[in-house]
Amino acid sequence: MDYAATTYVDPEVKKEIDSYFTERFGNPGSFNYFGLEAKNAVNDARNRIAKILNADSDEVIFTGSGTESINLAIKGVARALKTKGNHIITQKTEHHAVIDTCKYLESNEGFEVTYLNVDKYGLINLDELKKVINKRTILISIMHANNEIGTVQPIKEIVKIAKKNNVIFHTDACQAAGYLELDVKRLGVDMMTINGSKLYAPKGIGLLYLKKGVPIEPILHGGGQEFGLRSGTENVPGIIGLAKAIEISERIKKTECKRLSKLRDMLINGLQGKIKNVMLNGHTKTRLPNNANLSFLGVEGESLLLHLNEEGICAATGSACTSRNLEASHVLLATGLKTEAAHGSIRFTLGRKTKEEDIKKVIRVMPKMVETLRMLSPIHVD
Amino acid sequence: MLINMGQKLKVVETEKTKEDGNWFYSDVVKDHFFNPRNFLKDKNAVKDYDGYGDVGNVLCGDRMDMWIKVDKKTDKIIECKWLTWGCASAIASTSMLSEMITENSGMKIDDSLKIKPIDIIKRLGNLPKIKYHCSVLGDQALRTAIYDYFKRSKQHNRIKEGVQ
Ligand code: FES
Repeated sequence: MDYAATTYVDPEVKKEIDSYFTERFGNPGSFNYFGLEAKNAVNDARNRIAKILNADSDEVIFTGSGTESINLAIKGVARALKTKGNHIITQKTEHHAVIDTCKYLESNEGFEVTYLNVDKYGLINLDELKKVINKRTILISIMHANNEIGTVQPIKEIVKIAKKNNVIFHTDACQAAGYLELDVKRLGVDMMTINGSKLYAPKGIGLLYLKKGVPIEPILHGGGQEFGLRSGTENVPGIIGLAKAIEISERIKKTECKRLSKLRDMLINGLQGKIKNVMLNGHTKTRLPNNANLSFLGVEGESLLLHLNEEGICAATGSACTSRNLEASHVLLATGLKTEAAHGSIRFTLGRKTKEEDIKKVIRVMPKMVETLRMLSPIHVD
Repeated sequence: MLINMGQKLKVVETEKTKEDGNWFYSDVVKDHFFNPRNFLKDKNAVKDYDGYGDVGNVLCGDRMDMWIKVDKKTDKIIECKWLTWGCASAIASTSMLSEMITENSGMKIDDSLKIKPIDIIKRLGNLPKIKYHCSVLGDQALRTAIYDYFKRSKQHNRIKEGVQ
C-alpha cells in the first residue's frame, strides 16, 4: 500500500500506447508519414488533456516528470520576472522538487524565499501568507495535497490572495490529480504540475499547465519542442499514456474517492482501535482519500516496514533511519511532530487494487508486530 | 494493494548494492532482527545486574539500554540484556553483540572491550554501508555498561581515560 510512491500502468493505458513503441514509432518533428502520425497523436493527447483541465491546448506543456515541471514552473517564472522582483513564497511541507529548487535559486541566483509554516495538521496560515507578500513577490508555489500526510491545502483561497496581489501562482498537484479538482479555471491557478507515475500512466512523463500570458523562460534549450518551452524529442507513448490515464482517473474519480476514503477510515480506525498510542498525522478531514499516515509511538519505522514486508505489505516511513541524510521527514517535523514520533511513522497510500481484505489484513497483522517491537524498545509510551 | 503477496524480501547483495547503501539485509541480519537474542523481556525484572549503560545514536536519534552480569572470579560477562529503539540494523547488531560476548560461557571483559563495530558487522554477514553507524550503538552501550561495572566494583584503575 504505497501508491503515493508510484502506481502500476493501467492495462487500458498500456494497450493504448503499446503500438507507439514499435509500429508507430515516429518522431513528431519529422516530415514523413511516421512523424506526422506521431505528431497527430501528441496533438490529440494534448487536446484531450486540455479539455479535462478546462484549458487551451497550447497551455499544456509535456515534460519528463513532475520534478521537471516544477523546475520549469519555478525557475522559468522566477528568471523571467527577475527584473520585477526576487521574492518567492512556498511552504515547509512541499516536495523536495519545490524546496530544493527554491533553495537553489536562493543560493545561486539571488532570490529570496519565504517558507511558510504549517499548523499541526499541515495547513498553511492564510494570514501569514497575506503578511509575507510584498512588492517584490513574483511567485507563490503551494502544493494541492501533501504526498506524505495527505493534507489538502485551500488552493482556491490561496489563489484569491495571489490574484489580489498580482502574484503568479503554481500548484504541485502530483498527489492530488487522481482525487481532487483538476479544472484550472475553477481552481484559478496560473500553473499546475501533474505527473504520470502517480496516475497509472508510465513513468517519465509529466505536464505543466501554463496559463497564457504567464512570463516564463525555458530551462531546456534545443529543438524548440513544446512551444519552445521544453526542447527534446517528445515522449510519444508517455504523452498518449498520460492522456488516457487522466481520462480514466477522471471517469472513476468520484467512485474511487468514496471507496478509498471508506477504506482509509477503516484502516485508521482499525489500527487506532487495536493498538494503543497510535497517532494520526495530517488532517482528519481535509486529507486525500487514499492517505493514512500514522505514528506508532515507541517503535521505529524501518523495523516496522520490514515486518510488514514479511507479510507482503508495502508501506513507507518518515523515520530518520530510512533517509539518506539520517534526518526524519521534513514534512512531519514541520507539523511540529517530535523526532520520536516521526521515527515511528508509517504511511499507507491506497489505490485502485486495494480491497477491503487488504485493509483487514493490515489491521489483523499489525498489532503483533508493534507489540514485538515495543517489547524490544527502551521507550515507554504509556 | 498488497504487492509481493506472499513473497519474502529477497536478499540480493552484491558488491554493488553494498556500495549503493540500499537496505537489503543479509540472512543473518534478518534472523537476528526477527528472532532477537537476549533482549530484556521483563522490563521490571532488572534488579541484579553488575553494569548498566544507555546510549543515544547522535546520527539518527535512536537509543539503546544494556545490562550486564559479570562472573567476578573469571572476569567474564555471563549475561547481557538489552533494549533498542532503532532500525533493523541496530536491533540485529545489538542482538549479535550480546551473543558474541555471552557465547561459550562468556567473554573476558578485556576481550569484549576490544570488540569493534566492524567485528559485529562481519559476524552479521555485512550491513549496508549507510547502516554501519547502527552497529556503533551496541558497541558504545556495552562499553558504557562495562565502565559502570568498573565503577560499581571500585576498579577505577581499569577505566581508561578519555574512552568514555
Ligand atoms: S538505528 Fe537509525 S539508522 Fe539504524
